[in-house]
Amino acid sequence: MSNTPDDRKYAESHEWAFLDNDGTIRVGITDHAQQALGDLVFVELPEVGQSVGKGDECSVVESVKAASDIYSPVSGEIIAVNDSLEDSPEAVNEAPYDDGWLFVIQPVDASELDELMDADAYQQSIDEE
Amino acid sequence: MTKQTILNNAHRELGARMVDFGGWDMPVNYGSQIDEHHEVRNAVGMFDVSHMTVVDVSGQQAKPFLQYLLANDVAKLERQGKALYSCMLNEDAGIIDDLIVYFLDDENYRLVVNASTRDKDLAWIEQQAESFEVSIDERANLAMIAVQGPKARQKVCPILPERLGMSAAEIKPFSACWFGEWFVGRTGYTGEDGFEIMLPEDKALGFWRQLLEVGVKPCGLGARDTLRLEAGMNLYGQDMDETKNPLESGLAWTISWSPAERDFIGKAALETIKQQTNNDKFVGLLLEDKGVLRGHQQVVLEDGSVGEITSGGYSPTMERSIALARVPATIGEQCKIDIRGKLKNASVVKPCFVRQGAVQIKL
Repeated sequence: MSNTPDDRKYAESHEWAFLDNDGTIRVGITDHAQQALGDLVFVELPEVGQSVGKGDECSVVESVKAASDIYSPVSGEIIAVNDSLEDSPEAVNEAPYDDGWLFVIQPVDASELDELMDADAYQQSIDEE
Repeated sequence: MTKQTILNNAHRELGARMVDFGGWDMPVNYGSQIDEHHEVRNAVGMFDVSHMTVVDVSGQQAKPFLQYLLANDVAKLERQGKALYSCMLNEDAGIIDDLIVYFLDDENYRLVVNASTRDKDLAWIEQQAESFEVSIDERANLAMIAVQGPKARQKVCPILPERLGMSAAEIKPFSACWFGEWFVGRTGYTGEDGFEIMLPEDKALGFWRQLLEVGVKPCGLGARDTLRLEAGMNLYGQDMDETKNPLESGLAWTISWSPAERDFIGKAALETIKQQTNNDKFVGLLLEDKGVLRGHQQVVLEDGSVGEITSGGYSPTMERSIALARVPATIGEQCKIDIRGKLKNASVVKPCFVRQGAVQIKL
């Protein structure tokens, strides 16, 4: 069974987006996604300062099985990346919603979050898969 | 409709993640694939490989038939139970399949061929058999469990049917013994010691449960793939197919050229190919930069010519990325790999990375 916390929003492509108190958006992949990918062995992160559009490929996670593109759930600028994943990509498997975060975006328009799914809708979409 | 092995429910009960593998519903992992990989390298793991195709070849002309059908020579098999790895070629020397043949006696041999190639293999074998006094029997009613790892023998021998357990403890690597419908080969696809056990389907679930009880960890096809890649063993459909010959697939050692008077399918084409000077080479690659090598990535040589990765991935034992690749013969000790448009550094090594738990190349 996969875990889907209700304090954040979800994209169809299995990223989560968490709106922090300072207005920035932290992004990672869901528990469902990490289970489907299997053990992660490499994460290619975006550059800090890079501009991304909603839906842009901006990162790649590679598991023992395959490489998978990560899409930005909102538009904005990358202001931080989780460098610790370079040495311990398994953190994404172990704690996808915490230590396994990928990057932080300063959004152009935080209302883009409203277009994403809430936890119930996301859970329903993966149950139907 | 995907096909299921007799152990399908047992995999689901163990929480396996199932995938379609060549038309079969098979477990890719039961949890962490990397843990399963380490378990086989360090202790013992088991794989349901009942999807593989077992074909018995029998009759007065079984031996001359197989000498003609296969690029390796079954005449090398002198001791009962001995096994041989071979390619089965078409007239152009393209690889129809790779297989293991076991010598039971002069009139009885057992072949184990790939699951994904079953239909074309059987059609080819039956077609070639028309001019020989042989019968070809697919043994679809046998299950097959591979138990692999340094502790495989000590776990398996005590729980085999009694007389078979004693024989299994005695057999040498690449040999087999059998009793009734049970057949135990000291063979595998991981680079570790172990057995591949064929047994009647109605005995498979009980034996699988016994193996679980004595602490043998179930492992999926995911770990099987990383283990065979580390061992430098080719995977049919990725590292070779009908458009590739053994000489450009790292399998020259499996062609038996002597005795010269033996004719086999594909021999004439191979002789022509052997005379050419521009044949591709089959090599191992070790990624020096960060990233993961994958099948179909382009290999760029120092002289600008290009080759292709046929299988690539992450090596849990070396904690590095490795690959098998088909490249121009001009390749040196270093090359570049195109990973999503960026050129990464790799070194060229012999395509055997890990055997019996030990890393074989310099890191």
